[in-house]
Amino acid sequence: MNRPVTLPIYALHAAVIVLLFLLQFILPDFHHGVLARVMVLAVFAMGYNLLFGYAGLLSLGHAMFFSAGLYGAGLAVEHFGFGMLPAFGAGLVAGGLLGLVIGLLALRTSGVAFMIVTMMFAQVFYLVTLYFADWTHGDEGFVIAQPLRQIAIGSLHFDLTQPTTRYMTAFLLFSIVLIVTLFIVRSAHGRVLVAIRENEERTRMLGYDAFANKLAAVIVSAVICAAAGAAYAILFGYVGSTFASVQYSILPLLWVLLGGAATTLGPLLGTLFMYYVVDITSGFISAYLFIVGLALILLVLFFPKGILGTIRDRWLGWLP
Amino acid sequence: MAGNRDSKSLLNGTLSRRAALKGFGAAAGLALAPGYVRYAQAQSSAPIKIGFQAHRTGIGAAYGRWYEKTTTAAVKAINDAGGIGGRPIEIVVEDDGTDPKRGAEVVGKFATQHKTDIVYGTLFSHVVIGSAPTAGELKIPYYVVSEGHHVASTKLNRYVFQPGITDVKSQIQAMAPWVASNVGKKVTMIFPDFAFGHDHRDYLPPALKAQGAEVIAQIAIPPTESSFTKYFPQIPAETEVIYHVMVGPAVLTFVKELGEFYGSNRPQLFGFIDSLEAVDINSPGLEFLDGSHFWEGSPRYAQENDSEAQKAYRAAVGIDDNGAAVGDPKDVSTAAHMFGCWETLYVIKKAMEDAGYKGPEDRAKLVEATEALTKFDEGPEHPQGDKIFNGKIHQCFGHQNISKVEGGKLKVVHRTSIEEGLYEPEGDYTTMPL
Repeated sequence: MNRPVTLPIYALHAAVIVLLFLLQFILPDFHHGVLARVMVLAVFAMGYNLLFGYAGLLSLGHAMFFSAGLYGAGLAVEHFGFGMLPAFGAGLVAGGLLGLVIGLLALRTSGVAFMIVTMMFAQVFYLVTLYFADWTHGDEGFVIAQPLRQIAIGSLHFDLTQPTTRYMTAFLLFSIVLIVTLFIVRSAHGRVLVAIRENEERTRMLGYDAFANKLAAVIVSAVICAAAGAAYAILFGYVGSTFASVQYSILPLLWVLLGGAATTLGPLLGTLFMYYVVDITSGFISAYLFIVGLALILLVLFFPKGILGTIRDRWLGWLP
Repeated sequence: MAGNRDSKSLLNGTLSRRAALKGFGAAAGLALAPGYVRYAQAQSSAPIKIGFQAHRTGIGAAYGRWYEKTTTAAVKAINDAGGIGGRPIEIVVEDDGTDPKRGAEVVGKFATQHKTDIVYGTLFSHVVIGSAPTAGELKIPYYVVSEGHHVASTKLNRYVFQPGITDVKSQIQAMAPWVASNVGKKVTMIFPDFAFGHDHRDYLPPALKAQGAEVIAQIAIPPTESSFTKYFPQIPAETEVIYHVMVGPAVLTFVKELGEFYGSNRPQLFGFIDSLEAVDINSPGLEFLDGSHFWEGSPRYAQENDSEAQKAYRAAVGIDDNGAAVGDPKDVSTAAHMFGCWETLYVIKKAMEDAGYKGPEDRAKLVEATEALTKFDEGPEHPQGDKIFNGKIHQCFGHQNISKVEGGKLKVVHRTSIEEGLYEPEGDYTTMPL
C-alpha cells in the first residue's frame, strides 16, 4: 500500500502559513484588509470542505452553522456582556450544538434529500433570526461597538479593530484550522470519511460505523464554520440575518468547488479567487455576477475538480 | 554589437557603483516628478473624492439607480458652481450588492485603495449598519441617505451621519397627529415582519396614543408570504384606518387582495410610499388605492405650489411632472427618498468648507464641522424644505408630506411641521473619541 508522502505535505502547509504571515508586512493596506477577511471566510470554506469534499455530504445549509457562530458570539456580547474570548467560545458551542442536532436529524437522509433537508433547516434558522428580532435585530442586525472589541490577557492588550491585530487573529484562526483539517484528513477518521464518500455500503460492511463517522464530520464541520462566524462578528463588528440567508450556504460550496474539493488548501484558493473576481469585475460592470458565472462555467469545463484538484490529478498526486 | 558590449561590461563588473547610483537617481527623479506636480496641485484644485456606496445590484437596485442619477445631477450642479472650496467633486462608485458584508468591504476599499476623502450614499439599513464599524475603524466620515433610525439611535459611531433625510421614527411620529384628526382614531396596522415593519410597529402606537387615537390590532406578515387574504379576517370590524407598509413585489398582490376582500366598502387606508417607490401608482391592481393617503418625503408628482428650487431640482435630476424619467414615463423614480442624496451632498460641501477641509488629515475636523451644523434653509441646496440638524445624534429633522391618490396622481394634502417629528435624543455621539 502506498503511504502518502509526508515531507512535501508538511513543507507545503508550513510554507503557506509562513507566506500568509509574511504577506502582512508587504501588502498594501487594501489587500492587507482583504486577506484578513478572506482568511476568515476561508475557514468557513474549510469547514464546508470537510463535510462536502471528504465525506461527500453536500449540504446546502451551512449558512446556519456560520450564523450560529456569528449569533452565538454576537448575542453573548449584546445581551450578556461577554468579553471577546468567551463570546468566541459561545459561538463555537452554539455551532457544535446545532451541528449535533442537525446531524442527528439530517443524516437520516442522504444525497439529494440531505441537500434539501439541510437547506430547509437553514431556512428555518434564517426565519428564526428574523422572528426573534427583539433579540437579534432581524435583518437590520446590530454592531458590536468598537470599544468592546478588545481582548485583555493579563497585561497584554489586543485591539481587534486594529488592522494588524485583526490580520494576526484571522491568520491564527486560519492556521489552526488548516492544521486541524490536515490532521483530520490524514487520520483514520478522515480516511473512513473518504471511504464513506466512495462507497458507504462497503465501508459499513468492513465494520465501520458510517453514521457515527458522518455525525462526527457534521459536528466538526459545524464547529469550524461557527468559528469563522464568531470570528467575523468580533473582528468586523456586525451581526445580521443576511449571513443566515441561502446565499451564504451557496458561497462556501462555490469557493470549495473553485479551489478544489477534498484538498486542504483549495478552500483558501477558491475564496481568494472569488473575492478578487467579484472585486475587480464589479468595478467595470454592474453585471459582474455574469462574469463570475462565466468564470465558474469555464472552471468547471476546464478544471472540473477545481484549481488544486486538477493540479493534484495532473501533477502533484500527493496533495492532501 | 552594442547589446553584447553592454551585457559584457555588466558581467565584467565595469559598471561603476557611482554610475549605477546616478542612473537610479535620475530614474527615481523622473518617476517622482509627475507625483510631485500632482501633490503641488493637490493644495489647490485636485478633486475631492467621494466614495459612493451604491446599490447597483441586489434588492436595492431600483433605489440605487435613482440615487446614482440624483448624485450625478447634484455633483454636476456643485461642480458647475465652483465645487467645494474651489475643488471639483469626483465621485467613485462601488457596487455593494445591497449586502452588508460587501458593504463593509466597499467602505474599506474606498478608504484604503481609492483613498476617497469620505464615503457617502448608502440606503438600505442593513448595509449601513454592516458598513458603519469599518467606517469608524478607518476613521472615514460616512454620510448615509438611509432614513433608518440606526444613526439617530447613537448605536453606530462618531463617523456616521444622516444629514439629508429624516429617519423613520421621526416620519412615523409626524404622521400621527394628521392621521388621528383626519383619517380615523381606530387603527389596524399591517406590516412585514422584519426590521422595516418593526419600526412602524414600535413607533406608531405611542405616537397615536399621544393624539388620542389607538392601534387596535397589529398584523405582522411573515417575510416569505406571497398571499395575504388569510390575514384579512384578523382586521377588527371597528377599524377606521388600515395602516399598511408592505414592501417589495408582494405589495401589488397585497393591494389587489385587500380590494377583493373589501370591495367598495373599505376603511380608510394610510401607507408609506416606500411600498410603491419606483412603481407606477396606475399599475393594474392598484386602483383600490384611489382616495387613500401616503407619506412622501418629497412629492413624486409636481405640485401646483412647487418652489422654484423644487422645479430646478426636478429638472436637474431629469424627472417629469409625474415623477418618471424625462422621456420614459415607465421609469418611475424613487422621488420620496432620492432628494436626500442631493441635500446630503450640499451638507458635505458646507461642512467641508466650514472645516477648511484639505485632505484626509482633516477628517476629524470635518466630523466636528458637520456636528456643528444646526439648520439648513430651504432653497436650491435643500429643495425638499428647510431642516434642522442635531449634531449630537448626527440626524436631520424636516417636513413630511401626506399625499392623497386622486385621479391617478399623488396630491400633497398636508405638510407637517418640523416640530411634529422631533423626539428626545437617545444618546450623544460627540462624547465619543474621534
